[in-house]
Amino acid sequence: MHRLYRLIDEDPRFHALQRSRSRFAWSLVALVLTGYYSFVSVIAFAPALFARALYEGTTISIGLLAALAVLLLSIGLTGLYIVRANRVFDRLNRTIVDDARSRFEHR
Amino acid sequence: MNIIAIMMFLGFVLVTLGVTFWAARRTRTTKDFYAAGGRITGFQNGLAIAGDFMSAATFLGVTGLIFSHGFDGLIYVIGGVAGWPIVLFLLAERLKNLGKYTFSDAVSLRLQATPLRCLAATGSLVAVVLYLIGQMVGAGKLIEVLFHVDYEVAVCTIGALMVLYVSFGGMIATTWVQIIKASLLLAGGSLLAFLVYARLGFSFDTILRTAMSHHTFGDAMLAPGHLISDPLSVISLATTLVFGTAGLPHILMRFFTVRDAVEARRSVFFAASFIGYFYILIFILGFGAVALVTAETGYFDPATKLLVGGGNMAAIHLSHAVGGNVFLGFISAVCFATILAVVSGLTLSGASAISHDLYANVIRPQASEHDVVRVSKFSALVLGAIAVALGLVFENQNVAYMVMLAFTIGASVNFPLLFLAMYWKDLTTRGALIGGYLGLATAVGGIVFGPTVWVEVLGHATPLFPHKYPGIFALVIAFGGSIAGSLLDRSARAARERAGFRDQFIRSQTGVGSEAASVH
Repeated sequence: MHRLYRLIDEDPRFHALQRSRSRFAWSLVALVLTGYYSFVSVIAFAPALFARALYEGTTISIGLLAALAVLLLSIGLTGLYIVRANRVFDRLNRTIVDDARSRFEHR
Repeated sequence: MNIIAIMMFLGFVLVTLGVTFWAARRTRTTKDFYAAGGRITGFQNGLAIAGDFMSAATFLGVTGLIFSHGFDGLIYVIGGVAGWPIVLFLLAERLKNLGKYTFSDAVSLRLQATPLRCLAATGSLVAVVLYLIGQMVGAGKLIEVLFHVDYEVAVCTIGALMVLYVSFGGMIATTWVQIIKASLLLAGGSLLAFLVYARLGFSFDTILRTAMSHHTFGDAMLAPGHLISDPLSVISLATTLVFGTAGLPHILMRFFTVRDAVEARRSVFFAASFIGYFYILIFILGFGAVALVTAETGYFDPATKLLVGGGNMAAIHLSHAVGGNVFLGFISAVCFATILAVVSGLTLSGASAISHDLYANVIRPQASEHDVVRVSKFSALVLGAIAVALGLVFENQNVAYMVMLAFTIGASVNFPLLFLAMYWKDLTTRGALIGGYLGLATAVGGIVFGPTVWVEVLGHATPLFPHKYPGIFALVIAFGGSIAGSLLDRSARAARERAGFRDQFIRSQTGVGSEAASVH
């Protein structure tokens, strides 16, 4: 293993960052895929539900609203990830890497 | 003959050739050629990625699908958007931290480079060629309808232009052509949707009501099941779309044109927002086309009762219905720009697979930068010729379906390979090769022996593979093959590859080491 990588690997903050980042990313993946596959499953197994009108007197169907919801969910979660990554993950990552670099040079 | 369309089309060609000339003078190194020198910003790259994704196949093909099949066309829209968060959460930053010019770089980092690059390049090339067919067919049809030139002449013109952009301007020209076109398409699509809205009293309800009164399905237009009805096909198509997005080589390649992982991340956010916005427009355009085009007999061939120019032309006729000849000219020129920009991106990505992955890393590792770029230019020419030839063969296919086949390869070869290499420490070269080639064989076999090619193109009576959408089978087989192959791999090389995971993991997370890689 490269020594700089080993220095990073020895830092407990790296493990904490990596754990919280991956927990966050995978939760968002689960959210998107749940939303998406719910939408798809209705089309596959209960298409009649999506054909129904949203309320009495409109032609806008439940399916159209669901489609829009999945679309907005996808974009919204993308934004959420960026905000958290910019505010939290990047800063921590930079500190960890800078510390490892300075220890690397001082040894 | 539409004079406005021709003028605007010529204008676009002149401007983009100017951009190509400017780009050619700024393209000196291989990094300039493949990755625009890494100088594209997140916003610009987001627009370019959105441009790659908002192809004519979406604009024309998906609008056409909604026009003919109602609600089911939306599956393509939603699948395309839902893929982006997955790309962001799982791939974008790590890819930028690990790779250099193509996604094969990231895959072959701790595994054996030569065989894996061959596999990844094959996956890329098959996807690129399938995608190119879809775009060529769309473009050829469009020009045939608009300018009344022969389909063959149209396809050859596009082939020639895209080879020019790519071989002279490389990634810088390809990116800027894409940015110009994405802006034009967003503006044109917005205006078209606005005019449709204005015509129908600014009410989505009225659009749908009018559409239902004209559509052959009537009130059932919004019921799913007209295009695909069996549950397995729906799930397979949906899976192909969402994971295929994460495996399209011409899109993955764009993550290398930005400075670092932060910019790569920003790119995805801008791309997803532009794409989401554009796809909401497609809702309006699709149903608007049903409402405003179906009733006008002038848009249909009197003899066959089919839409003039085929099912992909609904959006074009819609622009004429709401804005007359001037607007028809504008939208047609925008579509044409779209196709040119997308085929250029595809060609560059195919040329990178040949020259960077195969030539520079497998065939002649001692080749100079100059040689590698020359091979890219030659590859672009060959790919152009192949695209033209296949565009002629597949003249009458729905373009959205052809593009779906490219997604099938992305989802069943490129995505599993990239995902497992990044996330699973036990992946070995042997496992990756077994899974990758099995996935590729299943996908290609499923396509060739399936209902579309075996029956409709080749004229056999029954398909050997009964499903129209082989994606989910190929994806499962690719993952299963890679996992089984790796677990059974007890060689010394496998042990070394597993040991290399930790370094690769830290680099993918922190970006340490990637600066050196991108300087070469």
